[in-house]
Amino acid sequence: MAQSRRFYRLALFPALTVLVLLGPVAAGLWGTVLPAFGHFPAAGVSGPSLDAFRDLFNWPGFGPAMRLSVTTGLAAAILSLTITALILAGWSGTRGFRILERLLSPFLSVPHAAAAFGLAFLIAPSGWIARLFSPWLTGWDRPPDLLILNDPWGIVLTLGMVMKEMPFLLLMSIAALGQIDGRRRMALSQSMGYGRMSAWMFAVFPAVYARIRLPVLVVLTWSMSVVDVAVILGPSTPPTLSVQIVRWMSDPDLAFRLQAAAAALVQLALVIGAVGLWFLGEKLVARLACLRIEAGHRGHHDRPLRLAGFATGTAISLALLLGLLSLAIWSVAGFWSFPDLVPDQLTARNWVRHYSSSQDAFFETMLIAITAVAIGLILTIGCLETEHRRNLRLTQRGMWLIYLPLIVPQTAFLPGLQTLLLGFGLDMGRAPVVTAHLVFVLPYLRLSLDGPWQAWDTRQATVAAALGASHDRVLWRIRLPMLLAPLLTAIAVGLAVSVGQYLPTLLVGGGRIETLTTEAIALAAGGDRRAIGVFGLMQTAAALLPFALALPALVWRNRKGLLHG
Amino acid sequence: MKHLALAAALLFGALAYPALSDPNPAEWEAVEAEAHGQTVFWHAWGGSPTTNAFIEWVGDQVSGRFGVTLEHVKLTDTADAVTRVLSEKQAGKDTDGAVDLIWINGANFASMKENSLLFGPFAEDLPNWQYVDVEGKTVRTDFTVPVEGYEAPWAMAQVVFMYDTADIPTPLPSAAEILDWSKANPGRFTYPQPPDFLGTTFLKQMLVELVDDPEVLSRPVSDTNYADVTAPLWDFLEDITPTLWRQGRAYPANGPRQIQLMNDDEIDLAISFSPSEASTAIANYELPATVRTFVLDKGTIGNASFVAIPYNSSAKAGAMVVANFLMSPKAQAHAQDPEVLGYGTVLHVESLPPEDRARFDALDLGIATLSPQMLGDVQDEPHPSWMTRIAEDWQVRYGVQ
Repeated sequence: MAQSRRFYRLALFPALTVLVLLGPVAAGLWGTVLPAFGHFPAAGVSGPSLDAFRDLFNWPGFGPAMRLSVTTGLAAAILSLTITALILAGWSGTRGFRILERLLSPFLSVPHAAAAFGLAFLIAPSGWIARLFSPWLTGWDRPPDLLILNDPWGIVLTLGMVMKEMPFLLLMSIAALGQIDGRRRMALSQSMGYGRMSAWMFAVFPAVYARIRLPVLVVLTWSMSVVDVAVILGPSTPPTLSVQIVRWMSDPDLAFRLQAAAAALVQLALVIGAVGLWFLGEKLVARLACLRIEAGHRGHHDRPLRLAGFATGTAISLALLLGLLSLAIWSVAGFWSFPDLVPDQLTARNWVRHYSSSQDAFFETMLIAITAVAIGLILTIGCLETEHRRNLRLTQRGMWLIYLPLIVPQTAFLPGLQTLLLGFGLDMGRAPVVTAHLVFVLPYLRLSLDGPWQAWDTRQATVAAALGASHDRVLWRIRLPMLLAPLLTAIAVGLAVSVGQYLPTLLVGGGRIETLTTEAIALAAGGDRRAIGVFGLMQTAAALLPFALALPALVWRNRKGLLHG
Repeated sequence: MKHLALAAALLFGALAYPALSDPNPAEWEAVEAEAHGQTVFWHAWGGSPTTNAFIEWVGDQVSGRFGVTLEHVKLTDTADAVTRVLSEKQAGKDTDGAVDLIWINGANFASMKENSLLFGPFAEDLPNWQYVDVEGKTVRTDFTVPVEGYEAPWAMAQVVFMYDTADIPTPLPSAAEILDWSKANPGRFTYPQPPDFLGTTFLKQMLVELVDDPEVLSRPVSDTNYADVTAPLWDFLEDITPTLWRQGRAYPANGPRQIQLMNDDEIDLAISFSPSEASTAIANYELPATVRTFVLDKGTIGNASFVAIPYNSSAKAGAMVVANFLMSPKAQAHAQDPEVLGYGTVLHVESLPPEDRARFDALDLGIATLSPQMLGDVQDEPHPSWMTRIAEDWQVRYGVQ
């Protein structure tokens, strides 16, 4: 009896989680579908009609904007995954790998906008790299008129996204690696004569990929619908579809809302289509790999590829590091023009000017992030434990459910969500913002924890139960402590996700909740590098805190075996 | 019976109607008393640290003098606040709205006024209205739309061009001279990408400059005259675009990005809507000290910045106190200081009391700022319908490639 009551209590978690995840998305989408099909009383139209779609298709930038979203998104996802695989295949388990990991993992928490501004200042014709060689080598007294940033093909945009997403995938893979005993897989295939990289790709990668598949899809859909990075690095004539949606949403002429809603639905369709394409690609790659295995190549000559992987990883961490360093210098810079490598004078006035507002925003950010992650963690562990005790595995459909808030472009459902909250009179203050953050934090928590949780060897539980331990005791005394590494990773990821939320904070908070991100993006809109420097660094610090604490190393100084297998 | 029902509906309707309890600006002492202790959420563009600092200063002042707490809600786009009020109206939230005060003008104001989203009229009942220069400054129309007291002016803006004297020896005071110079120095000029407001301002300025008779622009655009009137503008853009920065394949997103480009020495000429922006930027290390400004011989466009109060604000009295303070000689002189904001005043300085006039006389306008005489004639904004059509057309011609 007591047992079943506990079951009932636990069944609460899945129900709550589904509500938290789907309620806002469904309501928000409804608020998008209506105007897309011509029903928008506020602008004095009531549908149904297809005018919005007709206007959208007649926009001359429609084709290029769509193409751009698809190509940059797919390219960024493929490149991020390839580089991650190259690094892991060539280096996992080596000292070089640990160095790379140390270098890259903190950058997970660097806000996208800050990383993008850093990259922009590095590679612009008037940027740091050009300044390093000017005018003594290049002969440039003035920056050359070269279209590097905002190139019409979105190459720089793609690079900027890869720079941010590769560390994310790498970290996710490392968490997965700890669960699949990669070392013995490697030993076995290497004993069969395979070269290091081939052995890893054939024997370890499939198992890793199965565990990071959803994060990879998150990267794909995120890359296709990102707004802030695309505004900074992407082309503007025309921009990507998602940037154009935000522009239309903020047009004073309400008629453009209809067009924006229609475009949001197209964006959703593109994302779904790209995911389908990705699934086909998976099959194709698997087939090609099988052919290669059957051909019997052992792939001994992998040294160039190994070096390429390491070089790319180093280049990415260097670019992130230099970008952040440039922001740090800008935050204390006096006059600083081309071709000077450093500012004419240093000044503290930028920090003084932003001190009080950034301090308040810092605490607000942390409060929201910690609350959202704490609630999210309780729900996620509750769900996982319910599934475990009832011996359920999350079906494919269930996974998609969790995945929904990440696949639906934010611009498609957040304005609708705002109207919904208004109706409940919940439109202001911290609680609704936390709720909105939870929609995005939850999937990441689940994605980070799902693999490690399922991969945990349940024989441990059997042994404990045989020794008389209850379910709860197993959970608290064995499972959670053993899964501390993935738990901390999940918390860090969750905090970083919450810290980085812009649209949910702005729209749902009624503009009255000021976090570092809303402040930073408001300032980024003005393009003031000094202010971006101050807030970008604060934002990074906020998200970096959990990583910087280096808890796993601390907790397991005596139990090294639990630090990724 | 029918009449009774109607009367009841009217009565209940009237009771539920929030305007009954709204403060009346004509009874100013009551407004100040009501404002004491209120918190005003001012939605204003947050992209500029200098305006943010000014708003913080205003907050300190009104809190010390009137007990009004001012919170600056930093927007990336004023339309966000308009959207907010609109969503509240849709959701039936007619009191206690999120927005108490908006920094606004032009199309956003026209849209809010048209949709009855504004409280008022209040502006001309504010005590400091007596100092406002209603004759010489365009404070009673906003992009040709009558203001009618639904927003209070607080700053004047006028188009100037910033140029780096290290690269351009003399001003280029006409569209033709700008074009000739750009042809001779390709890649050194650009403007923010429309529909950014400064970018559309550049298009409007060139239209006003190139059109045969600017009078036609004060009336709404019509399909019959649009093509003819704007033809010289498109000819000009056709000529200049290949000579622009990045050959017009990319544009800075907004004004501050354009200033950054000038600071990076990527461009030598840029438009500004604030005569003292260059001086302020030089003082803040954001532009080289060699930058100066000029206006066109035929004059340049000018307009006013306003603050408006949404119909469902929960702190209308406090918002009016802030609006009134913004129009005070003290705040106006502070805003005109190039070390602070460098915005033009809306007041008629000559008719101020001597001690207030002294505040303005004491200002050092900065090395790159033209004197009021040198700023020359102010041209009126075209009717907003022109801007809408031109911005749309620009998108088709240059916004997609």
